[in-house]
Amino acid sequence: MLSILYFASFRELLGQAQEQLPAEFQTVECLLNALAQRGEAWQQALLNNQNLQIAVNHDVAHRHTPIKAGDEVAFFPPVTGG
Amino acid sequence: MVNPKPIFPHIRICEEDFDLSTEARNLRAGHKDIGAVVTFVGTVRDINEGDEVSVLELEHYPGMTEKALEKIRLQAHERWSLEASRIIHRIGKMYPCDQIVMVAVASRHRENAFHAAHFIMDYLKTNAPFWKKETLPDGFERWVDARVSDKEAESRWN
Repeated sequence: MLSILYFASFRELLGQAQEQLPAEFQTVECLLNALAQRGEAWQQALLNNQNLQIAVNHDVAHRHTPIKAGDEVAFFPPVTGG
Repeated sequence: MVNPKPIFPHIRICEEDFDLSTEARNLRAGHKDIGAVVTFVGTVRDINEGDEVSVLELEHYPGMTEKALEKIRLQAHERWSLEASRIIHRIGKMYPCDQIVMVAVASRHRENAFHAAHFIMDYLKTNAPFWKKETLPDGFERWVDARVSDKEAESRWN
């Protein structure tokens, strides 16, 4: 399984903080394409969004980053701490 | 919630406020070779983008945030000769004038501590997963947008 986490505005926009999905995606991009099928909000947030930030297992990642069973994938907007 | 054995002892993310002089004293404890301590404290402003702000709420990504802060701290230790450093970042609800973040750096000579504290804050702003949401006096809530100026500040160290 994969753990998928959504933070900040992404969590609110998509209506969930986290979920488990079968590990049937080779890359983050494959996962994003599958999630985008869920509807307009998902497509806007995950595919047509220059601000999308990605992390895999707590490290900064990209669309082409490979993923495997047991990984934690997170989606969030640009950070604004400090 | 206090973790008795934190993985990163020089990083603290918590809801509680901190006392700057206590932190600065602890940073120097046991070091006789320290000649300079530079501390930075970030606080909540009562105005943002021209609007009055009543509440600021900080969210983070447990696990990744600690790791990102420790990475920034170690980068600073690689770039400058430092004796000690510490980062504290608060999460949860805060109000105007509250302390949000502290960076403290100690070195033999002031130059290194000044540079390193500046570097750590600039990198924290653009690399550590924290998100701010502000509430205006009428109850309207909005996520704070990332600033281009923060990205430019980071690039000065490249």
